[in-house]
Amino acid sequence: MNNQANNINDPKKAVAESLPGGGMLLSSSNPVEEDTALLKETFKEKYKWGFVTDIEADSAPPGLDESTIAFISAKKDEPEWLLEWRLRAYRHWLTMEEPEWAHLTYNKPNFDEIIFYSAPKSLADGPKSLDEVDPALLETYKKLGIPLAEHAALAGVAVDAVFDSVSVGTTFKDKLEEVGIIFCPISEAVHSHPELVKKYLGTIVPYSDNYYATLNSAVFTDGSFVYIPKGVKCPMDLSTYFRINAKSTGQFERTLIIAEEGASVSYLEGCTAPMRDENQLHAAVVELIALDDADIKYSTVQNWYPGDENGVGGIYNFVTKRGKCQGDRSRITWTQVETGSAVTWKYPSCILLGDDSVGEFYSVALTNNYQQADTGTKMIHIGKNTKSTIISKGISAGHGQNIYRGLVRIQKGAENARNYTQCDSMLMGDRCGAHTFPYIEVKNKTAKAEHEASTSKIGEDQLFYCNQRGISTEDAINMIVNGFCKEVFRELPMEFAVEARRLLEVSLESSVG
Amino acid sequence: MTTPLLEITNLHASIEGKQILNGVNLTIMPGEVHSIMGPNGSGKSTLASVIAGHEAYEVTEGSILFNGIDLLELEADQRACAGVFLAFQYPVEIPGVSTKFFLKAAVNAIRKYRGQEELDAMDFLDMVEEKAKSVSLNIDLLDRNVNEGFSGGEKKRAEVFQMAMLDPLLGVLDETDSGLDIDALKIVADGVNQLRTQDRGFVIITHYQRLLDFIVPDFVHVLKDGVIVKSGDKSLALELEEKGYAGIEACKSECSCA
Repeated sequence: MNNQANNINDPKKAVAESLPGGGMLLSSSNPVEEDTALLKETFKEKYKWGFVTDIEADSAPPGLDESTIAFISAKKDEPEWLLEWRLRAYRHWLTMEEPEWAHLTYNKPNFDEIIFYSAPKSLADGPKSLDEVDPALLETYKKLGIPLAEHAALAGVAVDAVFDSVSVGTTFKDKLEEVGIIFCPISEAVHSHPELVKKYLGTIVPYSDNYYATLNSAVFTDGSFVYIPKGVKCPMDLSTYFRINAKSTGQFERTLIIAEEGASVSYLEGCTAPMRDENQLHAAVVELIALDDADIKYSTVQNWYPGDENGVGGIYNFVTKRGKCQGDRSRITWTQVETGSAVTWKYPSCILLGDDSVGEFYSVALTNNYQQADTGTKMIHIGKNTKSTIISKGISAGHGQNIYRGLVRIQKGAENARNYTQCDSMLMGDRCGAHTFPYIEVKNKTAKAEHEASTSKIGEDQLFYCNQRGISTEDAINMIVNGFCKEVFRELPMEFAVEARRLLEVSLESSVG
Repeated sequence: MTTPLLEITNLHASIEGKQILNGVNLTIMPGEVHSIMGPNGSGKSTLASVIAGHEAYEVTEGSILFNGIDLLELEADQRACAGVFLAFQYPVEIPGVSTKFFLKAAVNAIRKYRGQEELDAMDFLDMVEEKAKSVSLNIDLLDRNVNEGFSGGEKKRAEVFQMAMLDPLLGVLDETDSGLDIDALKIVADGVNQLRTQDRGFVIITHYQRLLDFIVPDFVHVLKDGVIVKSGDKSLALELEEKGYAGIEACKSECSCA
């Protein structure tokens, strides 16, 4: 927790900001430090009581209390500081209320019924070959153009039998290690690089940040850890390896990416293949830190199960993603293509602390059937000459509800800060909705913030024009939607962009009668 | 006997319950150019939209045969593939979609329907270059999004260019001359004239006889209140210019076409 205390020495970091949407932007002081000792005492008491759970068990009993957290921590053989941190988060969480400000309607999760930890299923439990996999699922993979070799891995077939993923993984790992990049599960990093994890974990999204981030801090299961040393440009997109291997990270994912001075990395998260999951609630946290001249590009394609066409089932995706451009001239780019989940609640944000730092947010969110997405970004300008760009494209079809919610805040000291926001919505049919909630707060006279917004309907006229040129309605819709999303897709790495395009096509199938 | 290219019989059509066409009869043989004139609101554009298959219009009575097949049975995209082309009065913009990309999709959809092989990028670009010349269309325009930022004249030229690319059997031009200056009008007319063959037919919808100086029609029809009230050769257009549509009504009783 030392780093939290260090913040006091830097006036820039000592800005406490509570954001709409709940949560603290930065920890302003070190009450944390003070109550650690106190907590330790209490904790020790609890500890005695807590560890009655059989740690040999494959899963924790449903529900959440301190013993569940102790169980998770013990399962992962975590150091004491991390367990303490988790418990502190949990105790804070107990004092919080589930937020209701989002423009969303859903049944709140029953935390007493959730199993917060279960051991990853061994591959041996899965289907033995592709013949045992649901043909509908394979059909979708085919439509998405996913390489055959990956079908098996995605469908959960014992991968080793199909192709040698271990050696693929090792090749990548060797290549990365050569240049000093650390890329591993965060549970592994806790043991192999405790000093880094300890230094940065929870500094961007504090454990007290918001209801779901706090819950995540208490019970996170696993996630990725990336460290790019000074001056190193990551030689590859951190993707393929990840896609095949990052199954079973569980519903409470935690990712931490650190780019040292002059480092750069492009990280791809997710997968266009429809991911089915037994867990209805997903509450992930992602923290990015970019030091001087560092560059982090974080691209997401999210296609969790959205529920059926009547809105039954589907994943709740409540995610806190935040990056801090801590260094001068640093840059963080969020690009997301969100087509899945029944309910999405997600605002990848940038804290532009360093002078001349740049934050970018490019988003396509599609809601079909009864899906709801409340998504957007926060750009907090603190440093001088900071720039941010927000391009948001929302597409609603069926009964889908698409909400853009964004905050652009330009602090007093952010001389010459610039923001450009473009927020476009497209409606298909007359039963869906698009809503925009932009917040703009400018406290510096030299700053400029621009906001453009449009709402369009895929017009009968556009479709007729395409039809009249021989193009079928389905192809016409794909063409129009892809044109609409062009500015975002071109921010995605090439192969990801191709997949994202196909994903939109598949997601919109049968959306027009 | 040759099959008519287009045979419209007693066509009645409405939009949102409002009756617009009240029994149109029109027969076009291959190679013929027919001009349809008429006052505002007489149903000219509706006729074009109904031929092309716009869903908003409901055909309440009558039939349209295209090369002997029942056109009303086909969806709009199938009609296009079968060889019906409509040059729009107000071409629609499609943001984010380049004209080239759009046209390649169109050309190949139609080729596929006709059992021809799809064009690859090279052949397609060759074709683009050749056809663009025929309407003096700046080829750089085709890298722009469909009709986005095109001037009025560019839009109309692009429509004729698209017609050349898609090689239809029937070209329906809906007020392609509106908003064009005389030079642009000549270019567009020239483009259309180059496409006149003995197999291809045209329906030219216009307010003014000016266009018909350049695209000389075989027949001229006057549409009024949703019916063709008078037909004749190109001299009818001149007569209209002189007397106006009001003058046409007077001769309705002695006219054979009513």
